Amino acid sequence: MRHFLIAALTVLIAFPAFADPDPADWDSVTTQARGQTVYWNAWGGSDTINAFIDWIGTRVQEEFDVTVEHVKLSDTAEAVTRVLAEKSAGKDEGGAVDLIWINGENFAAMKAQDLLFGPWVEALPNWTNVDVSGKPAVISDFTVPTDGLEAPWGMAQVVFYHDTARLRTPPKSMRALLDYAQANPGRFTYPQPPNFLGSTFLKQALIEFVPDTEILQQPLNPAEYDAVTREFWTFLDTLAPNLWRKGRAYPQNEARQIQLMADGEIDLAISFNPNEASNAIANFQLPDTVRSYVFEAGSLGNASFVAIPYNANAKAGAMVLANFLISPEAQARMQDPNVWGLGTVLDLDKLGDADRARFDKLDLGIATLPPDALGGTLPEPHPSWMVRLEEDWIERFGVAR
Amino acid sequence: MLVPVLAGLLGTLGPAFGYLPALGGTALTLDPFRDLANTPGIGRASLLSLTTGFAATGLSLFIVALICAAWSGTRAFRAIERALSPLLAVPHAAAAFGLAFLIAPSGWMARIVSPWLSGWVRPPDLLVLQDPFGISLTAGLVVKEIPFLLLMTLAALSQIRADQTRRISNALGYAPVTGWFKTVFPLVYGQIRLPIYAVLAFSMTVIDVALILGPTTPPPLAVQILKWMNDPDLSMRFLASAGAVWQLALVVLALLCWRTLEWLAARIGRAWVRAGSRGGATGALKAASLLAAILVAAAIVFGLLGLLIWSVAGFWSFPNALPDSFTARTWMRHATGLWPAITETLLIAAIATAVALFLTLACLEAEERHGIKPSTRALLLLYLPLIVPQIAFLSGLQTLAIFTGLDAGRTSVIFVHIIFVLPYVFLSLGDPFRSWDMRYGLVARALGASPDGVLWRVRLPILLRPILTAAAVGFAVSVGQFLPTLLAGAGRVQTLTTEAVALASGGDRRVIAVYALTQTGAAFLPFAIAIFVPAILWRNRRGLRHV
Amino acid sequence: MSRAGLTLERVAIRHGTRKLVEIDTHVGPGETLTVMGPSGSGKSTLLSFLIGSLDPSFAAQGRVLLDGTDITETSPEYRRIGILLQDDLLFPHLSVGENLAFGLDTTRLPRARRREQIEHALDDIGLSGFANRDPATLSGGQKARIALMRMLLSEPKALLLDEPFSRLDAQRRAQIRELVFERARAKGLPVLLVTHDREDAIAAGGRVHSLD
Repeated sequence: MRHFLIAALTVLIAFPAFADPDPADWDSVTTQARGQTVYWNAWGGSDTINAFIDWIGTRVQEEFDVTVEHVKLSDTAEAVTRVLAEKSAGKDEGGAVDLIWINGENFAAMKAQDLLFGPWVEALPNWTNVDVSGKPAVISDFTVPTDGLEAPWGMAQVVFYHDTARLRTPPKSMRALLDYAQANPGRFTYPQPPNFLGSTFLKQALIEFVPDTEILQQPLNPAEYDAVTREFWTFLDTLAPNLWRKGRAYPQNEARQIQLMADGEIDLAISFNPNEASNAIANFQLPDTVRSYVFEAGSLGNASFVAIPYNANAKAGAMVLANFLISPEAQARMQDPNVWGLGTVLDLDKLGDADRARFDKLDLGIATLPPDALGGTLPEPHPSWMVRLEEDWIERFGVAR
Repeated sequence: MLVPVLAGLLGTLGPAFGYLPALGGTALTLDPFRDLANTPGIGRASLLSLTTGFAATGLSLFIVALICAAWSGTRAFRAIERALSPLLAVPHAAAAFGLAFLIAPSGWMARIVSPWLSGWVRPPDLLVLQDPFGISLTAGLVVKEIPFLLLMTLAALSQIRADQTRRISNALGYAPVTGWFKTVFPLVYGQIRLPIYAVLAFSMTVIDVALILGPTTPPPLAVQILKWMNDPDLSMRFLASAGAVWQLALVVLALLCWRTLEWLAARIGRAWVRAGSRGGATGALKAASLLAAILVAAAIVFGLLGLLIWSVAGFWSFPNALPDSFTARTWMRHATGLWPAITETLLIAAIATAVALFLTLACLEAEERHGIKPSTRALLLLYLPLIVPQIAFLSGLQTLAIFTGLDAGRTSVIFVHIIFVLPYVFLSLGDPFRSWDMRYGLVARALGASPDGVLWRVRLPILLRPILTAAAVGFAVSVGQFLPTLLAGAGRVQTLTTEAVALASGGDRRVIAVYALTQTGAAFLPFAIAIFVPAILWRNRRGLRHV
Repeated sequence: MSRAGLTLERVAIRHGTRKLVEIDTHVGPGETLTVMGPSGSGKSTLLSFLIGSLDPSFAAQGRVLLDGTDITETSPEYRRIGILLQDDLLFPHLSVGENLAFGLDTTRLPRARRREQIEHALDDIGLSGFANRDPATLSGGQKARIALMRMLLSEPKALLLDEPFSRLDAQRRAQIRELVFERARAKGLPVLLVTHDREDAIAAGGRVHSLD
């Protein structure tokens, strides 16, 4: 009896080591995934996105017998915190988080802390269709190499939108924006950094004010920082008193910004989703006179990823989900403006005719720019820039003066 | 009660002094506090926590006292009580959303007067919501705390023969309000002291209301702490813990200040009483307090009405007083998403309430059978989870829950909910239970009923209404829990409140409205039961109408 | 030793160092003992002791015997001592009939038999057809009669009365008082009446024990 107990215990303890699925053996991954429940931790603040995630869950259930539970976060960092809490409590298996919608700082932090499972991404069967050469952002998350620890599934790009009923010709450069704000005080604002979109606005502006954009691809050099960003801060200092509420309050996120637009409090706004305005019009959140446009300097672009924590309970299921996420079926649906409208990570030239057709028949919304009008994307600066910009911004504008 | 709070505090204290092995923190250090002191805006955020706490508590107490002084013992008072009590059930988040939409520059009030009266074609660029001084935050808190303090005061009034005292002071020539403040208030205050402390601590550390109505440059301390706790830069956990300890210190400081103020007020008050002035201005005070009561009720009721309209609104542009079109689409789209959240919410609330109710009844019954008199200290223990800031011990508790293998989600959520539900159930049931006429029990025993028989056949049925009311209060408390659900539920347990706050970050007023209204409905349901079940069951029992 | 009636054997009750009650007596079947004294003299304390619900802060000595059986340590529900208090204390959540049924031994009597017994009891006190009424809708005198009947249906072997007539108006008072004593005598129950009303004492007719 005692021997049996010891043997049983040994098996129990050793089990997780055997249990970690091997992504190279995809058949065994799908077998293991059967019946698993994947807790997908993803930002839950958007109706349209939640509906898309729901659909993913239904399809993955039908196809692979994997149950998907969408854990709706108000901030991705909640999931990071949870994994950390589990690690600090020594819970190295059977964790609560199976998959996280992640990128940028959160990914950099989890990668640095060894909180991620992998590499597994490049072993996914659907990985072959991903446009690695045309969209380098799919393997370089804010200049941090993904190293196969997170799978890209959507491309985002900065656009601006304006209400043509109030503003016919919107400013197309940061300097023009400043002129407009000075002439029309209180009619522009941006989400409060460190909100992701707010920080993106800072970076988008920074690009127009640094002498050489190449410098942004390198880790920040504190010695040069002041000189390089002087013009940028002058711009923000001049802009602030002309912002909505004189810069004494900011919308907390893009959705509140949409509300300000709908209420007629502001005339134009930044977005990280080229299809956002069309979606909002369809949902009665914006008047149908709103249109999107891009700045002349080009716009920042990046990818959304999913990553699996090192102690995830349903790793196989999570990989199956990630693989389905980059299937032509899911990608085409995601890009459909009536569903979500997020850009695909796939290289359409690599697809067969039938899959190609899924994309060709998509009907873009009235406020969405066609792909050629969106222009090229600018690479994200190294994360160290964003960290420093956020810190300095909070010091200058984040506490009432 | 004590164990989870203390364990949680320990789990917070460790990282605050640099101890968190998982992050490589093994040595004790004061660095996190140094970082905290160097955080931009920390002074302002701390000050904001204090000012909001004092302003909200002071104002709520003042208005409640004025209402009671001016109206208690009259028929109008019953009406005020009936109008304000149900508002207790409205979850904080829902009330805050409603208020936000009422008073925003683009809000309903502005829309109704625009453009014909105000001339506004576009919303005025006024910093009304989320103002740096936390005025709208304070207003939101006052609106929600007044019903709570009023109910607590009512319970206290029934214990101290307030009406007799009042008649005597009136007979001695004191104006009603003055007489009330001189004779009744000191007695009442002693009874509602702990609830007031709970209000003070809550107002200083509230998170959901602050997210909706509070300033953002900088946000109040508690909101900052939650941000740090959730920061992707994991070393911020140290800062967050230091912040939580600092927040706890601030609350303790505030309580000490309040205590000193109490003492001062008592001295001044005694001098005032001795001076013997009979007072006057009763009419003006009556009008002012009635106005305050009406404002509070209107803020919540019209806020909810605004939410209702938003939930069925199509596009709704400023300055139209009503939406351009109506649609049921938002409700239909969310119907499928709502159901699991509703059932989860109701299940958790039902179990937490049932356990709390059982513990409360067991405690009260044991108290009586064994002749134990509850001391002030025991009462303080009960209030502990309400006074210690949630943020200060919940994060520590989260780590603890994982250690004990209790991280299954729903179970630990229910457990943590009980910690917060129990005090409310106990407080609302304690008085009616204790003031029950013991002679019924005596007679029943003499008629051959055992102690258990007395409890089940006589006492519980007679006390059905207060029991159901206490359960409803507990239920509403459980429904409204945000932080405890989030932290104990591993994020996997999605109740209406966590969904509503998560969606709040998405900001579409229609969706927020749908969730806030459903949340309110879930909190109201048990109150409806508490009113209708006894009414139907005892429809032919006049003797139970006022139990 | 088996002496019928209620025996109070060297009963002494104190609260701390203060001696409240001291009594040593016997009340025979059908006999009434009136205990008189001003309020605070320990009358109610004595009653509590006799029915077994004395607050633990009091210390009691002596024994209580009912028909020769020592019931000093017996639980109140097994003592078979019926009480009537100042108020009728009809259970407000039960109908008149259910109130009466409360004291009946439910295990022994079949349902139909119980109903019959209740109807009979109501007829007996002139309240026929009142079984389904809400007690709160009755007059003071009616309530008092129901309370008395409820107690009698539980078949007590002794009666304790704690100023049961003081809340009634003068006319009803005499009526009810007479009814109570008449029933007690008919059933041969020892009665202990606690009152500060001399008229009650006279009506009771028995011995008077004064507390001070």
